[in-house]
Amino acid sequence: MSDEVIDFEEAKEVAASEPKKRNFNINFGPQHPAAHGVLRLVLELDGEVVERADPHIGLLHRGTEKLLEYKTYLQGIPYFDRLDYVAPMNQEHAFCLAIEKLANIEVPRRAKFIRVLFSEIGRILNHTLNVTFQALDVGALTPSNWGLEIREQLMVFYERACGARLHANYFRPGGVHQDLTPKLLKDIYDWCDPFLVGLDEIETLITDNRIFKQRNCDIGVVDKKTLLDWGFSGVMVRGSGIPWDLRKSQPYEIYDELDFKVPVGKNGDCYDRYLCRMDEMRESVKIIKQCIEKMPEGPVLPENSKFAPPRRADMKQSMEALIHHFKLYTEGFHVPAGEVYACVEAPKGEFGVYLVSDGGNKPYRVKIRAPGYPHLHALEHLSKNHLLADVAAIIGTLDIVFGEIDR
Amino acid sequence: MSATKLTELAAKVETDLKAAILSHEIALGELTILAEASQIIAVLSNLQAAHGFSTLVDICGADYPQNVKRFEVVYHLLSMNNNLRVRVKAALEDGASLPSVVSLWPVANWFEREVFDMYGVLFEGHPDLRRLLTDYGFEGHPLRKDFPLTGYQEVRYDEEQKRVIYEPVKLLQEYRDFDFESPWEHVTPDAIPALEAKS
Repeated sequence: MSDEVIDFEEAKEVAASEPKKRNFNINFGPQHPAAHGVLRLVLELDGEVVERADPHIGLLHRGTEKLLEYKTYLQGIPYFDRLDYVAPMNQEHAFCLAIEKLANIEVPRRAKFIRVLFSEIGRILNHTLNVTFQALDVGALTPSNWGLEIREQLMVFYERACGARLHANYFRPGGVHQDLTPKLLKDIYDWCDPFLVGLDEIETLITDNRIFKQRNCDIGVVDKKTLLDWGFSGVMVRGSGIPWDLRKSQPYEIYDELDFKVPVGKNGDCYDRYLCRMDEMRESVKIIKQCIEKMPEGPVLPENSKFAPPRRADMKQSMEALIHHFKLYTEGFHVPAGEVYACVEAPKGEFGVYLVSDGGNKPYRVKIRAPGYPHLHALEHLSKNHLLADVAAIIGTLDIVFGEIDR
Repeated sequence: MSATKLTELAAKVETDLKAAILSHEIALGELTILAEASQIIAVLSNLQAAHGFSTLVDICGADYPQNVKRFEVVYHLLSMNNNLRVRVKAALEDGASLPSVVSLWPVANWFEREVFDMYGVLFEGHPDLRRLLTDYGFEGHPLRKDFPLTGYQEVRYDEEQKRVIYEPVKLLQEYRDFDFESPWEHVTPDAIPALEAKS
């Protein structure tokens, strides 16, 4: 790359003095590898400079919110895996928290630890993919291969916990589906330290890489006004130096008992957000270790509750237990009428569920607040007057997944 | 701690915006303000400017066909400085419109487009009220309670015409609604007229 500095103002003046030239419209996606899914982006270009960006979304719209109104609460949980399919359990978490808040369900302590453990595994799943694919978007191929290997190891833990690699359906209102074996907990603990070494190796590839820095430093700068105007959350806020993390500020589960830091950036550009994500993974490892060390023994679902199934052994002897099991899995449970908003710090930002119940066994209205939705909306604001090539870097750093944006 | 903050906030909002709000309540640790639909800008801008609710978290719609004002538009606000959340609701009837809040938060643009797409609620002063999530050329508003789950149109590739065509939905078997709810549970007052009369 040459050291020549492009003077955009001068380039614009030159363009203005040649009246026959007109702006160029291109379709970026929906089948573009850097569009991270099915994003159709209509770009108006003046030369290589982006004048206008109009994202067309909804190509992956599956009507999740409508479907949820026709399913019992338990049947609704798998739909949340399919929103942000990069970190499935974090979404289930928000839905379960909403149900628990409305129905006042007490979660056993061991279940809280397991949920936090898997939420943090979800965060690492997400960040390893995002960070390394951001590198891929700006031209580095190797990190993504390494990142996918780490994801693969974590998916094995998913599979051992709940039987599915991706669409977990593991969290339940009141706890988690099944207990973890001591062997699995030991294996997750043993995985932590080698992972940190692997993370350092990825960092040697990216962090000081000249091309990566040239493509990301000072690109897509988010200032305070931008992040408030555009409803940002998660790393998009923390990258600009504001330590806003729901795990600290509005702690849920057992996050207030754990020791971890909230990494913040300085300049609010793509590069700082990359650094934040790397540090967040290290903090997540700290949380995972603490969870396994402190995890108490006990049940993982409430006992003697109409929200949880009876024990299998009881069903062999007790008629009531058998009836309860049958009713729970056909009719489902009833949630008192009311409305509630519950949110979690998902890897991408604030993932919220606004749940309205009319007292029946199905939700009356579920609104899913996906963090990527406002982020993608701000794409036009962020990429204006940037070069076309920077749009790919900005989309990479926004961390968008179309499952959750289109719902 | 946050409970006392919420009661203080509710009292302040009550005095500040007496004309614009219909009611407010604190349930499950969340403050809900029911605002007059025409005054929604006054309520939200007051919350934004005077009470530090600088982030618009979400706007969503909800449909209650039994009410005269059948649609509700729900705004969720967040104050990062005070660590508080508030929910503002406005009810309006079919065909009515609500002032757009894009001037207060640019992010409202997509949220309002989505509410329009899903419920058909119109927003006055919105710069670009197009459909957002549904297909190009889609008709109807899918999240309304009277819109069927299966929809009206389906899409397939036609081998003869060599293109994707739209057809009315043809189900190979009837839509099966597995409603296992016990008939004596979840009895709403309008299901039993006598119960309503008593209360």
